Amino acid sequence: MIEFRSVSKQFPDGTLAVDDFSLTLPSHRTTVLVGSSGSGKTTLLRMINRMVDPTAGSIEIDGVDIASLEPVKLRRSIGYVMQNSGLLPHRKVVDNVATVPLLRGVPRKKARADALAMLDTVGLDRALADRYPSQLSGGQQQRVGVARGLAVNPNILLMDEPFGAVDPIVRAELQQELIRLQTELGKTVVFVTHDVDEAFLLGDQVVILQEGGRIAQIGSPADILAHPANDFVASFIGADRGKRVLHVERHDGRDVLVDSDGRLAGVLVGDSAPGQVGVSR
Amino acid sequence: MNIFADALGWILDPANYAGPGAIPVRVLEHLGFTFLTLVVASAIAIPFGFAIGHTGRGRGLAVATSGGLRAIPTLGLLTLVALWVGIGLGAPYVALTVLAIPPILAGAYAGFEAIDRGAIDAARAVGMSEAQVLTQVEIPLGLPLLIGGLRSAALQVVATATLAAYVADFGLGRYLFSGLKTRDYAEMLGGSILVILLALALEAVFATIQRVVVPRGVATTRLPVDRARSARPRPGMEPAITKGNP
Repeated sequence: MIEFRSVSKQFPDGTLAVDDFSLTLPSHRTTVLVGSSGSGKTTLLRMINRMVDPTAGSIEIDGVDIASLEPVKLRRSIGYVMQNSGLLPHRKVVDNVATVPLLRGVPRKKARADALAMLDTVGLDRALADRYPSQLSGGQQQRVGVARGLAVNPNILLMDEPFGAVDPIVRAELQQELIRLQTELGKTVVFVTHDVDEAFLLGDQVVILQEGGRIAQIGSPADILAHPANDFVASFIGADRGKRVLHVERHDGRDVLVDSDGRLAGVLVGDSAPGQVGVSR
Repeated sequence: MNIFADALGWILDPANYAGPGAIPVRVLEHLGFTFLTLVVASAIAIPFGFAIGHTGRGRGLAVATSGGLRAIPTLGLLTLVALWVGIGLGAPYVALTVLAIPPILAGAYAGFEAIDRGAIDAARAVGMSEAQVLTQVEIPLGLPLLIGGLRSAALQVVATATLAAYVADFGLGRYLFSGLKTRDYAEMLGGSILVILLALALEAVFATIQRVVVPRGVATTRLPVDRARSARPRPGMEPAITKGNP
């Protein structure tokens, strides 16, 4: 469990990135911080592994104040995945994945063997192990980034817009892969994105942020969609327009769903028991 | 045209390959002087350059100081130091070290600055200590530009080291000064040609080293991700350094 307690962060240039932020992130669940740029979401994420230290307040992991922990040691126990992979260009894929285990003193041979197994886990061919990052596609690089993040089997996985720089098809693939991984591994995932659809797809708990890390709403995707807390949230998630506003029309004896622009969104299938509406496209 | 033939004749004259002022001896003196100057200049410039590149601080000061050092006329500095420490090799070593520091310093910090910030940030975020970021990420990735700086410095020093002969009986510059004195233009030109050949040889050596030290993952095919190189403008970078960077 990760707990933010009245955390603030003012940068030396005076910018107040986060102002009095409190939040509990449950273990083994995915919490998505979503907001536009300037909402402090990345700053919040980077506070968890002490890449950024708060100017006020405290952060606890399982009851331990992380300010009392040595940053380098803390970071080695937390997985970190970033946009554009952040892989070391001069190291082979397998060595990139083995980076943190090696830092923690795992013998080279074992670290490499584990890294190869980790490539399987994230769905990468072992044949890529001896390639360099520049020889991989963007999607493959992100998978290597995820493998590196998982290599020390951390309880917590921090993901900073990890799929932001890949094309939509690959992004969808990676999102599904992450959902599969998370079902298997059950990590405490903290995921930052500006994409609401991604947030709703991946998040057990979604936190919608306004400027200065002010929480506009916390809840499950269904909660937020069903009851946007205010106009900001409604407009941010697009609840008032387009593909989020669907209505049923009867067509040839079947129920079809139509969005507010009159575009066909899908077909209503099965016996629609309450809360079990399936939309197939 | 005749003077070139005379110069070549002078270079090939067996008489110039024996005795205390023999060509091989002068060449070795010249090379040794260049090498030692580069070592001393590197010992001063590289730690500063790495510190600037790693912390991102002090860059403005370094650029200003380098500019200042570059503006000093080497012959003037040589004379000044010689008046202070006396005749001998002390003054040329000081003057030429001052000449060699700016390009090495620039190469050292520019090499770090050219690295993709994302890679460094990620290295730190996954738990590398500052020393590990330096030795495992910044130095290997910044090495090609540092070698470029050394190459540029070596070229300047090997050419300017002829001035050492101004205050000491030393190096290939001796042929220039003695030739000038005795109006032996064949000797002067011959000496100059030897300096040029030496400079070209050093260029070849450094060009090779510079190619070899490019880390393999960086040298191999440039697939989609090639933001690292264009990510940041590098004001103050010396053209002499960039030109060798593949």
